[in-house]
Formats: sequence, structure tokens, C-alpha cells
Amino acid sequence: MNRMIFGAFAGVGLLLAPTANAATLTVLVDSNTESVNAMQALTEAYSQAHPDVTFDLETRPGGSEGDNIIKTRLAIGEMADIFNYNAGSLFLNLKPIQTLADLSDLPSQSTIKPVFKPGVTSVDGKVRGVPFGAARGGGIFYNKKIYADIGLQVPVTWQQFMENNKKIKEAGFVPVVQTYGTSWTSQVLFLGDFFNIQAKQPDFAKLYTENKAKYATDPVAFRSFEKLEEIAKADYLNKDYGAATIDDGLRMIADAKGAHYPMLSHGIRALLKDDPKAAESIGYFAVPGDDDEHNGLTAWLPPALYVPAASPNLEAAKQFVDWAASVNGCETMIKAIGASGPYMIDGCALPTNLPSPVADMIPYFQTEGRTAPALEFLSPVKGPALEQITVEIGSGIKTAKQGAALYDADVGKQAKQLGLPNW
Amino acid sequence: MRKPKSAYPYWFVLPGAVIFTVLFLAPTVASFWFAFTRWDLYSAQFIGLDNFVQFFKEPFLVQGLWNTLIYAFLTSGTKSIFGLLLAVLLTSGIWAQGFLRTVVFFPVLVSTIGIGITFAALMHPTKGLINVGLDQIGIAGPGWLTSASLALYSIAFVDLWKGVGLATLIYIAGLSAISPDYYEAARIDGATRLQQFWRVTVPLVRPATVTVLTLSLIGGLRSFDLIWAMTKGGPGFSSDVLASVVYKQYQSGFYGLSTAGNVILFVLIAIIIVPMTYLFSRREVHQ
Repeated sequence: MNRMIFGAFAGVGLLLAPTANAATLTVLVDSNTESVNAMQALTEAYSQAHPDVTFDLETRPGGSEGDNIIKTRLAIGEMADIFNYNAGSLFLNLKPIQTLADLSDLPSQSTIKPVFKPGVTSVDGKVRGVPFGAARGGGIFYNKKIYADIGLQVPVTWQQFMENNKKIKEAGFVPVVQTYGTSWTSQVLFLGDFFNIQAKQPDFAKLYTENKAKYATDPVAFRSFEKLEEIAKADYLNKDYGAATIDDGLRMIADAKGAHYPMLSHGIRALLKDDPKAAESIGYFAVPGDDDEHNGLTAWLPPALYVPAASPNLEAAKQFVDWAASVNGCETMIKAIGASGPYMIDGCALPTNLPSPVADMIPYFQTEGRTAPALEFLSPVKGPALEQITVEIGSGIKTAKQGAALYDADVGKQAKQLGLPNW
Repeated sequence: MRKPKSAYPYWFVLPGAVIFTVLFLAPTVASFWFAFTRWDLYSAQFIGLDNFVQFFKEPFLVQGLWNTLIYAFLTSGTKSIFGLLLAVLLTSGIWAQGFLRTVVFFPVLVSTIGIGITFAALMHPTKGLINVGLDQIGIAGPGWLTSASLALYSIAFVDLWKGVGLATLIYIAGLSAISPDYYEAARIDGATRLQQFWRVTVPLVRPATVTVLTLSLIGGLRSFDLIWAMTKGGPGFSSDVLASVVYKQYQSGFYGLSTAGNVILFVLIAIIIVPMTYLFSRREVHQ
């Protein structure tokens, strides 16, 4: 009897679809200004179209502090109806099959680029997230004025890069800016070098996941740690590299105090918000490899929006994320925060007046074979102590050899916790 | 002999016992169990001593253990030395004694995180007041918090600055409990000020010393907030202590491993503090 009444109500509900999901949805978004602005734009636009749906936005810190909050709140069933979080290995750490709603059937899935989906697909083959924001590159910002003044070319090989650094230092500038005060930034050069590993060893990610390839013993992969060591040894870093923060780093590139800054491409947005003109003096290139045969960019998938399986407003939340991942949602985001890279939605065109570093990055995405996804999107294994290890190698506290061995051990710990075979 | 019957019925104990069991006893017992499991908040798989083996196998976890010991003994030792010296100074009837006592005690009242952030700014390698000041007189200051060999000691120094006020306060109370008769007797026997300090003051403030040492040693062993606010254990792992390592393992989702770290911390504190209090309290009785 009850079921029949429920069924009848559901039928009426279907007929009145737009008003059926009146709800207040809670949203947990990371406190990065860009994420908050994008989310605000999305929720406001959605509420205008659906006046019966209102939102309650809440912010959380990023980095490992944020991981902690997300995992704990999911585990105790107190997660917001919608939240944003990384795709790739961090997504797999959320126990997605138990905690996250299946979003495979959303209409928007048909226009989401196929390259994004593996990053949010759980091992049972269900898609559990939709993209939130633009793809990023893991490369190097450079100051175009310093390059022009000294007469340098954008380097294609690591050797050219180091030669440029030598000339930059002789000319009295800081060759490479590092900002270990924001410790996650120490990993960028290492992780951004993955294109070069992948180019020489296409099955590295697979072997690595199966515990058959190690950073300490694989000479191609080991280069990624070695590059960090070379820069530190050559004394190419800014004096305050240990305490400088990401904002300091971007500022140094914009003000022509430093020539290079290895950083994820979307970092630039924070700077452009305060100083839109800064973009003109900044360019972007991929982490160079050892030969000029392969030159390409390591790409980061954008974070995703997820809906916890236990959400009391499951349907309303799913409808919202479906819209957020539509062409309309994508255009709303571009209007609010611009584009720091290509969006993952078919039919969502980029604006024509892109800031210079973003414009430098787009060609990599437009040519087949000039990008590779970062390792964390190809393998569930990522050692949590990486940022401390890269700080130590990048400051000369440990050698690349010691750091690589330590990282391999750290990775093993993670693989065991995930219960992967072969570890 | 029968124990004298308590004046209160047993059920008086009940509210306290319930709170203690639910909030303290149960979690403690549970943590001993989870330390032996691989735990992901949803399910726990018993893996025996693996977590402990892992803990002692990893170089940075072991380094964290050493750092904890260095930090705890360094801060408690310096706090009791400087605390005693300051207490002697501040009970000697010097000018503005009351005001100076307040000044010494003031850092104790300030939020630890606030102090950490402030000193991190002061100790910035290029823009911090300390190095800018040193630069003015021609000295190139080191990276107080960014040099791997110095970071832990810089934090210990700030801990001393923050905690010495409490040690001083305890010592002042201890000093005022010493009867002036002893000093008078010592003076009549021709003891110098230094001799009075070593032969009268130091032995007789022993109870205060025990309190200061025990409190600051426990505080040092489980120290977390100041270190987290200043370096987050960095650069790299160089100022990591047990508590920050445990927190990082927890953040990374190694719940079993981080619980094992907590058990190790618990055992470590017990191994150091229990014999210490036993030793000190026994000597006191003999005095």
C-alpha cells in the first residue's frame, strides 16, 4: 500500500520534473579563490533557473588537510551533497564504490571528453564524477623579458634548459624559483617530468602499478629525481626557496626577479586576479626531456564534482552536477573564472583572448602525442610523503638516490593500504 | 582489617565512571586494537605487528622518534635551568619585580599557534626581522627554519621562550617555600651567594624541579602545535617529531599505522616518566 502511494507520488513528480526536487543542497568546495568563484557562479546560475533549489556553500582547506576532511566526513556519513576533489589516484583512495554515487547515467556524460573519465571511474567500471574546471599542465613558467634581454630560446632539451640557467645566473637573475614554504609545489618538476618517462617507456605506469618498475632502479624514471637534484646542486635557486610561498614564486616571475618557476599552469590565475597585466611578461613551456625527439607536456585532469552515495538529496544533487558538466555549465564557469586550460566538455569553446601562459600551453593539447596524463591519473599508487621527499632532494638535504629509495618505500606502503595485488 | 566504609554510596561514582569509560578508557583500548590492523575507517584487517615493523623500518619515522627525544630533553632541560635562574632573579627584590614577573609569564598566555606563526615570520630567511637585523651588522643569518640542521633547534628555542614563564612561576612558588632560616644559617657560616645557591636553593627547590621537569618533558614528548605552526615538520622530515609523523600518517589515510605511532608515543612517555616520578618521589621521602 505504502509503496503504491509512493509510486503514485513519484509519477506525479516525474510530470512536474522541474519542481520535484525542491531542496537545499550543501556544497563543500576547496578554499582556493578560483574554485570558490566558479562554484558560486554555478550555484547562482542554477538557482536562477531552478528557484526551488538553494545552496549552502562551505569551504575546506586544500592539500593533505583537505584529504583528511574529505575522507573523515565520507566515512562518518556527514559529507555535503556535492563536493569537489581530485580525480585519479586520490579519487581511488576515497573507497568510491562504497561512498560515492554512480553518475554513469547522467545525460552530460555523452559530452564529457573520454580522456577525463578513467580518472573518476572506480574499479567496478562506474563513472562517479564529472569535471569541475579546466585541465592543467605541469610545466615551467618563464619570464619572457629576461629571455628576450639575454637572447634565450625556449628550451626543448634539459641540457638547453641548464645552459639557459647558467646564462641567466651570469646576467644576475635567479634561474629557478622554488617555493618550499608551500611544500606541495616542490613536487611539480618531478611530476611534470612524467611525459618524458612515458615517451621513452610507454608501459611504465602499468609496470609501476604492478610493482615491477621502481624509481630508484629504473634509469629513465630516476632522471625525474635527478633533475631536481641538479638544480639544487648548481645553486640556481632563489635565496629564500625554503620559506617562499606559491604567491611569492609567481610574483618573482611576474616581476622579472626569477626566470623559471616549475608550477601547475592554473597557478597563474591567482596572480592574474590581482594583476591582469602580469600575464604579458610570462610564458610557459613543458619540462624538457633529455633529447629533442620527444617534447611534450604532462597534463593534469581537472578536479571532479562528486555526490556521496549517502546524500539525502541524491537526485537533486545529481541533477545539479549534470548541469554543471554541460556546455551551459562550462560556459558559466568560463565567464566567472576564465580559462586556464582546455575544458573537458565537447562543444565548450575557449575564449579567444587567453592570457599568454595559457596560450603557450594550448598547442600541446592540440597536437596528438604532445601531452601525457600525469602518473597519478594512470596509476592508483602515489606515495603520500612525496612532497617532503622532493623538498629534501630539492634543498640538497638528501641525494636523488636516497630520495628515490625512500619514495619507493613510501609508495609500497600506499599500495598495501589500497590492497593492490603484487605488493 | 576491614577497610573503613566510604561515606558516599557507589552510585556517586557512576557519572564520572561513565564519562571516563566512554571518552578515555574505550578509545584507549580501541587504539591498542587498531594499532594491529590495516584500517581504512570502514574495515580493519588484523595484520599483527606489521604496523610496528613498518614504523621502525622507515627512516623518517625513526628520525621523528629521535627528534622527539632531542626536542623533549632539550626543552625540559633548558626550561628548568632558565626557569630557576629567572625565579632567583625575580625573587631577589629587584626593581619592578612584579612587572617583570608578568613579562616573563606573558608568553604562556599567548596562543601557541599565534606564537608559531609570528616566529616563523621573524625567522624568515630573507625577510624576517632576525636576519634583516643581522644583515644590518654585516652577519649573514642562517635559514633558521629552512636549514635541515637548525630547524628543530629554532623551534625548541621558541618553545623555551614560550614555556619558561610557567617554569619560572613554579620555581618562584618553590623558592618562597624555602625558609629564610637556611640562608641565615648559611650566611653565618660564611657561605658565599654562589654557595648558598648550590647548597641551599638547588637542593631545597627539588620538588619544584621535579614538577617542572615532568611537566615539560611530557609536554615536549607530545609536542605538536608549535612545530606544526612553524615548519609542519619540514624542511622535508628534518623537524618531524612523533606527534607530527602520526598526524601525517593519519592525513595520508594510514589509520592503523598512525594509531601504532600513538601507541609507541604512549609507551615512550610511560617508559620515561614512570621511572622518573618513581625515582624522584622516593628520594623525596628519604630526605
